Amino acid sequence: MSKISIPLGPQHPGLKEPINFGLVLEGEQIDKATVNLGYNHRGVEKAAEERTYIQDIYLIERVCGICSHSHVTCYITCVEEIAKAEIPERAKAIRVLVGELERIHSHLLWLGIAAYEIGFDTLFMYVWRDREHVLDCLELVGGNRVHYSINTLGGVRRDITPEIKAELLKRIDILEARTKYYTTLATEETTVLARTQNVGVLPKDLGIRLGACGPTARASGIARDVRKDEPYLIYDKLDFKLITADTCDVFGRVVVRVLETVESCRIIRQVLNYLPEGPISIKVPWKIPEGEAVNRYEAPRGEDIHYVKGNGTDKPERVKVRAPTLANYHAVPHMLEGGWLADVPLVIAAIDPCMSCSDRALVTDRAAARSAVWSWEEMRRNGIEFYKRRGVDFSKVTLK
Amino acid sequence: MKTKSLKEKIITWSRVKSPWILHFNSGGCNGCDIEVVDALTPRYDLERFGIQLKPTPRHADVMVVSGPVTRQQIKRIKRIYDQMAEPKFVVAVGACACSGGVFDGCYCVAPGGLDKVVPVSAYIPGCPVRPEAVIDGVVKLLGSLQK
Ligand code: SF4
Repeated sequence: MSKISIPLGPQHPGLKEPINFGLVLEGEQIDKATVNLGYNHRGVEKAAEERTYIQDIYLIERVCGICSHSHVTCYITCVEEIAKAEIPERAKAIRVLVGELERIHSHLLWLGIAAYEIGFDTLFMYVWRDREHVLDCLELVGGNRVHYSINTLGGVRRDITPEIKAELLKRIDILEARTKYYTTLATEETTVLARTQNVGVLPKDLGIRLGACGPTARASGIARDVRKDEPYLIYDKLDFKLITADTCDVFGRVVVRVLETVESCRIIRQVLNYLPEGPISIKVPWKIPEGEAVNRYEAPRGEDIHYVKGNGTDKPERVKVRAPTLANYHAVPHMLEGGWLADVPLVIAAIDPCMSCSDRALVTDRAAARSAVWSWEEMRRNGIEFYKRRGVDFSKVTLK
Repeated sequence: MKTKSLKEKIITWSRVKSPWILHFNSGGCNGCDIEVVDALTPRYDLERFGIQLKPTPRHADVMVVSGPVTRQQIKRIKRIYDQMAEPKFVVAVGACACSGGVFDGCYCVAPGGLDKVVPVSAYIPGCPVRPEAVIDGVVKLLGSLQK
């Protein structure tokens, strides 16, 4: 049979965000798949260098609307490390609390999207209805539903009052009960099983070789979680399980995520009961000394890495973001190849991709070089112009 | 003459009662996207106004755009806009789409928001927009259609 290649995206009903997949089909089966990134590249890292550390909090938060707290916490920990500021224990606990609320919100969102991709709209609506509880919790704690900006340099902005604590505990109980219901539903409902089992398989050794992270890795039996491997904030004081599955398919990823949501409910309860007394933030000077720091954080999608370099002013010299989805992209072509076309949206959704997180650089794909993709020359020319406007002339510099 | 105006009435009525929307992320942070989807799910339930999310531009009456327009997306958004059938409306959702928001000035973002790229009928501010704001904006847009 002759092969046909079709593009998938950047605007596609199965994808919520712009990304492009090149699929080579043999009949209904996928022979080869490639990923093209860059549709969502905005230039956040460059913009971060032009803003102060405080302004960057709000910019970095908007790298991604789903794991905004993860990015900011990772970034702000780097800055605090350079400034040698030790934040109060209560602030750490609140950061963990918001981080886990965010994990619940993200995993439930994912479960809804996955149900939608399966074609199980009832589950999608149910999950999103219950997800409103956690958004209410976040609004209560941070003051906004999606970008809660709880972090500030040296601690957090808002405190947890006893009333908020009581309300949170109430909501968490509801959420836990609902999530447990979804656990049975997702593991026993035949339609879900039929659509997810043995779909998008990523064997363990391949997952390790490709550097998969987060629930994608854990569903392939790789016990990798920064919260356990290198506990940050107060995770070393908390008791929670590292969830893995060994089915290596989409089903495993569903199971890992719903069980992780239950674990997050447990963590939140522990944090609320632990919450030490004391201030919620300390003063950190606006000028951050010279130095550099790298930090890892377990975002809902996996390991998030931030690198910050300070140069003694109130603006960072360099900020680098490595979002978890970027690590998981490499696995996607392997999951797709050999599978069916109808499963593509589900398999892609199963890594819980976040395009806005991962489009850090434009891809220059020589084989598919079109005007849509910036060539190196274009990028260089633009860079030179950018610095010229700021009074530095790089046009004499030649590249080897 | 009379029948024609009745026909027109029916057309306007059906347009107002069942606007189908196409959601397009032009490079936003996701925050607005999930709030738009949120507006369609049980708590806010935009579907009670006859609004439905459609996967293809050819079926859609309203294009809901979230996020700043990245350089990569300028061409694509124009193409999708051209593919939509007349009459068509564009709703800019979120501070980014309205004006560029926090990303205004980034080297890879079209300066000045969505209306520099395609004509915009309604602006819904907020970062991210609240689902209530989405509902308010959409109802106002529908009201203006009724004239
Ligand atoms: S307006 Fe705010 S929430 Fe919406 S896409 Fe822009 S940065 Fe994200």
